[in-house]
Amino acid sequence: MERDKNFILGVYDDEDVLLDAISKVRGNGVKIHEVYSPFPVHGIDDVLGYKRSKLPIAAFLFGMLGTTLALTMQFYMMKIDWPMIIGGKDHAAFPDFIPVTFELTVLLAAFGMVGVFMIASNLKPWGQPRIFDVRITDDKHVMAIDLAVNSSLGEGKLSDVLKSSGASEVNFKSFE
Amino acid sequence: MHVTSSVRQPLITGGKTLKDVTHDISRQVEARPSMGWLLAFLFSVGVLLIGSIALVATLWEGIGMWGLNKTVGWAWDITNFVWWVGIGHAGTLISAVLLLFRQKWRMAINRAAEAMTIFAVICAAMFPIIHMGRPWLGAYWALPLPNTFGSLWVNFNSPLLWDVFAISTYFSVSLVFWYIGLIPDFATIRDRASGIRKSIYGALSFGWDGAAKTWSRYESVALILAGLATPLVLSVHTIVSFDFATSVIPGWHTTIFPPYFVAGAIFSGFAMVLTLMIVTRKVFHLEDYITIGHIELMNIVIIITGSIVGIAYITEFFIAWYSGVAAEQYAFMNRMFGPYWWAYWSMMTCNVISPQLFWFKKIRTSIVATFLLSLVVNIGMWFERFVIIVTSLHRDYLPSSWAMFYPTISDVGVYLFTFGLFFTLFFLFAKFFPVINMAEVKSIVKSSSEKVTK
Repeated sequence: MERDKNFILGVYDDEDVLLDAISKVRGNGVKIHEVYSPFPVHGIDDVLGYKRSKLPIAAFLFGMLGTTLALTMQFYMMKIDWPMIIGGKDHAAFPDFIPVTFELTVLLAAFGMVGVFMIASNLKPWGQPRIFDVRITDDKHVMAIDLAVNSSLGEGKLSDVLKSSGASEVNFKSFE
Repeated sequence: MHVTSSVRQPLITGGKTLKDVTHDISRQVEARPSMGWLLAFLFSVGVLLIGSIALVATLWEGIGMWGLNKTVGWAWDITNFVWWVGIGHAGTLISAVLLLFRQKWRMAINRAAEAMTIFAVICAAMFPIIHMGRPWLGAYWALPLPNTFGSLWVNFNSPLLWDVFAISTYFSVSLVFWYIGLIPDFATIRDRASGIRKSIYGALSFGWDGAAKTWSRYESVALILAGLATPLVLSVHTIVSFDFATSVIPGWHTTIFPPYFVAGAIFSGFAMVLTLMIVTRKVFHLEDYITIGHIELMNIVIIITGSIVGIAYITEFFIAWYSGVAAEQYAFMNRMFGPYWWAYWSMMTCNVISPQLFWFKKIRTSIVATFLLSLVVNIGMWFERFVIIVTSLHRDYLPSSWAMFYPTISDVGVYLFTFGLFFTLFFLFAKFFPVINMAEVKSIVKSSSEKVTK
């Protein structure tokens, strides 16, 4: 982590004010570091200009991996490695393999996607988050703006932009 | 701008603010355990310990401790297994299916319902594991592990093996779904706490910071998990029903089983959610979050699924007659009028007749009536499985081997053990985890609260 990284924070009470504020602040040419909320705010990724998450693709690929592994495993075990006649059926009784294939597809898709989510979002039990304001997980939305990145605008100007956009408070925060 | 429709009931009453939501739900986690909680918890642990005597006896002596005989080879064990798995269907149904249908009322109940699901599946899994007789060798029978017999693999043509995969996938995916939802709420508790509690909830919250990017990914994960869990939840009881439907026992060998079992599972699951939520909302003073409206909606699900189950019973009976197969016809006549007539009629009364009382608005909006009927439904659903399993087996093809099943003290004890386990886990959850999904409830405070803001 860089030292002496200073942030100016706009604190918002309401999600609709926040959504308008994000557009206004970005319209003023300010680069927003990140917005923190106590709950998922719908439409926030659009106003922040975030791209759609690629997690569904990860889920699909892991699901396909699950399907492939499950079918390969069952055909290998039942047809190639130790063929047995069960109820006079074909060794490779394909319809019988569908339930296990389905379950393993779901299992790998779910775990694979969640694993990617954890890694992408840096979520881990020993993770030490940078907490801009403890009220983020309670009732406030916080817009963090990196002063170094927006040095051309200056603290005073940024503070004015935040206040006029509807922020109930404007604070500063530094991390060691 | 969000405005609550005037025809729609508010989902949160009492004019709660975001701060109130945090406070009302975190309060339980932060407060010292109350006397009532301690007594209830100790009682559950007591039941668990008493039941574990029967469990140890069964493991030590073998399943000869149970009342099974050569005619009735499956009885309470599988009945209890199917019953618990059925109960374990509501949680994921509420969180996944209702998420896909954008039903916001799920938000107040999904956390506890999912916890219930996970604990019920643990209880269910106990029975097939114990029934193996030597569960310490069970991994070789249940999982495709290399072994020194060839390798002689497990049989992928068997529905019992499909069940192993279905239940374990269902358990692990539900657990992950539940935990992902808990992460932001653990972060809320972390940010209110200090000292050791802060470190524990800090670790549990996985370093959650509430960033918009993470929330956006979180929403995508929740949606995809819901999409995956929806067919999964339907597959689990379908596969459980295959255990019976693919066999050639009269009374079991019917194609109606998969949908009928799934409807029954949702029916019993919602009944158990109601039983638990009515107590939880009272004890933890959550009446503003789990409103009468929520209870009424759950009761409507019970009427629908109860009626589906009723139609399934009648269809099954009609098809037995219409098939012209004497053995099938006898199996059904024997259910109704044979020595187990009382089990059949208990099932019919509890599952088909009693839920119809919910057509009356007074009954479905009454806490006491709902609580009592939820217990009745769970008793009825236990009898359903008992009827299907025992009455189909006890009079088999040779009248000389006809028998009755009488449960032993070990049968009862092992069932008690699972009750002890279920309630012990549920009470621990209710004390140490936030019982309502705070983050999700906060997201609807503005649109679904009694007090319309702006």
